[in-house]
Amino acid sequence: MALVENLTLFVLAAFLGYEVITKIPATLHTPLIAGTNAISGITLIGSVLVAGAGETGLATALGFLAVVMATINVVGGYLVSHQMLSRFRGRGD
Amino acid sequence: MSGILAGLPAEGLALAYLVAAALFIHGLRGLTHPRTAARGNRISAAGMAVAVGATVLWYDILSPGLLAAALLVGAAVGAWLAYTVESTDLPQLVGLFNGLGGGASALVAGAELIEATRATGAALPADVTVAAAVTGLVGGVTFWGSLVAAAKLQGYLETPITYRGETVVKAVLVLAAVVAGAVLVTGGLPASWVPAYWAVVAAATLLGVLVVVPIGGADMPVVIALLNACSGLAAAATGFVLDNSVLIIAGTLVGASGFILTVVMCESMNRSLTAVLAGGFGGSPATGAAAEAYDAPVKSTSPAEVAMLLEVADRVVIVPGYGMAVGQAQHAVAELAALLTDDGVEVVFGVHPVAGRMPGHMNVLLAEANVPYDQMAELDAVNPTFPATDVVLVVGANDVVNPSAVTDPDSPIAGMPVLHVWEADTVVVNKRSLSPGYAGIPNPLFTADNTTMLFGDAREAMQALVTAYEDTR
Repeated sequence: MALVENLTLFVLAAFLGYEVITKIPATLHTPLIAGTNAISGITLIGSVLVAGAGETGLATALGFLAVVMATINVVGGYLVSHQMLSRFRGRGD
Repeated sequence: MSGILAGLPAEGLALAYLVAAALFIHGLRGLTHPRTAARGNRISAAGMAVAVGATVLWYDILSPGLLAAALLVGAAVGAWLAYTVESTDLPQLVGLFNGLGGGASALVAGAELIEATRATGAALPADVTVAAAVTGLVGGVTFWGSLVAAAKLQGYLETPITYRGETVVKAVLVLAAVVAGAVLVTGGLPASWVPAYWAVVAAATLLGVLVVVPIGGADMPVVIALLNACSGLAAAATGFVLDNSVLIIAGTLVGASGFILTVVMCESMNRSLTAVLAGGFGGSPATGAAAEAYDAPVKSTSPAEVAMLLEVADRVVIVPGYGMAVGQAQHAVAELAALLTDDGVEVVFGVHPVAGRMPGHMNVLLAEANVPYDQMAELDAVNPTFPATDVVLVVGANDVVNPSAVTDPDSPIAGMPVLHVWEADTVVVNKRSLSPGYAGIPNPLFTADNTTMLFGDAREAMQALVTAYEDTR
């Protein structure tokens, strides 16, 4: 049943993503890419599990590298996005 | 040894993931308006902290020291890159980050298979091996494709590299990846999982490089958006491997975002995704051809003359293009816009979706130069207003203001949505020379009766224009 449950999440998230993303104006598309990029670094969770639970040297090494890469992706992505967004100001601000 | 929170019921971790997923979605909703966008980004980051924090505290981590070291190294490098990047280098940095996410997914699936091979003699369920194969393929393509795209944006390998039999080579690689994936899924023997997986990754590596190499620099907005979608799908596929809900939800949201942007970019160029991926567009031999492509005379103007035009204008539209980014002219342009606004002139920036090297590139540069976001208008909003506009100032844009797209059905860019700047009273085009744009075709706008050319480097020309305009006040 796990597969069906996972597929359910996948399909519902796809519809939800479509609804939310189509409402985002073109003005913010670069920060959107940087921000979603950071979200895709959620794969960090997987890396943490593998790096932590690894009992063979190779799996641990791969996990370590994966954690480093995913963390660069997450931290860098959010910070770049934040820097861009902090420059967006309205006429009155 | 157990995680700090491991004594709590198993639902606890699932609940933490639910909170994280809700924060991601709520954060993305914040991005629907510039006013709430920075807060949305923070909410999304909080979701990430919840997800990662709960995972680290929950599980049996054999080597917390090693894990902490990896997290610290990654955070330091990421923060250093984010804080030191120049605004012109943003597209390649975003491309690079994207690749790292995809690469991490591929490594996780590989490590997971190594562990499973060691731990169990029994065959893994097919859904796990299928998801691992997908992760390896998508993750490998994302990593290497992003690296090549970032290199192109940095100015290396910029001209498309095409060769005979390109499609065949790519098809063979896809086939190789599928065969290796099939061995992984149906091989049955644990000993065959790991080599089959790395065979998938190897094929994906070559594929990622070869798919992006033939694509020209100005098509990178599409490539960046597509690779963004891929990194999301790689994360979602990892979620299927690890049976992890938040990975699936977050990865799918990112995938949806990337695909929507890809479609928007393709529609804005009136080209299909397959046509873009086929590559070879741009950097054509015609690039050297200049004035001889024009049979009508081209009128050139001076900053002083343009300043006089602006002085009597009520409404001015500024159209920025990649030339503005290359010339770092956004601050001078913003200064001119601020002066005009102070003098009661209505100033609007008309931004084409594919102007620049990534979706929304121009907006970020303008925001950095303190242009308020309510002065930035999208194509559909600004197009009907050109007949009521006195002066259009085109800064380093070419194909996106080419009337051939509307008038010439045989043009390579026929049907592409463009900014109808020629409908304004006067058009001033700032360009370094008459050389064609990315599409490699002449632009009839340059010889139109109501167009004058302000030749020169974008920044120098705009600074001269600011000085000349200040003299008229």
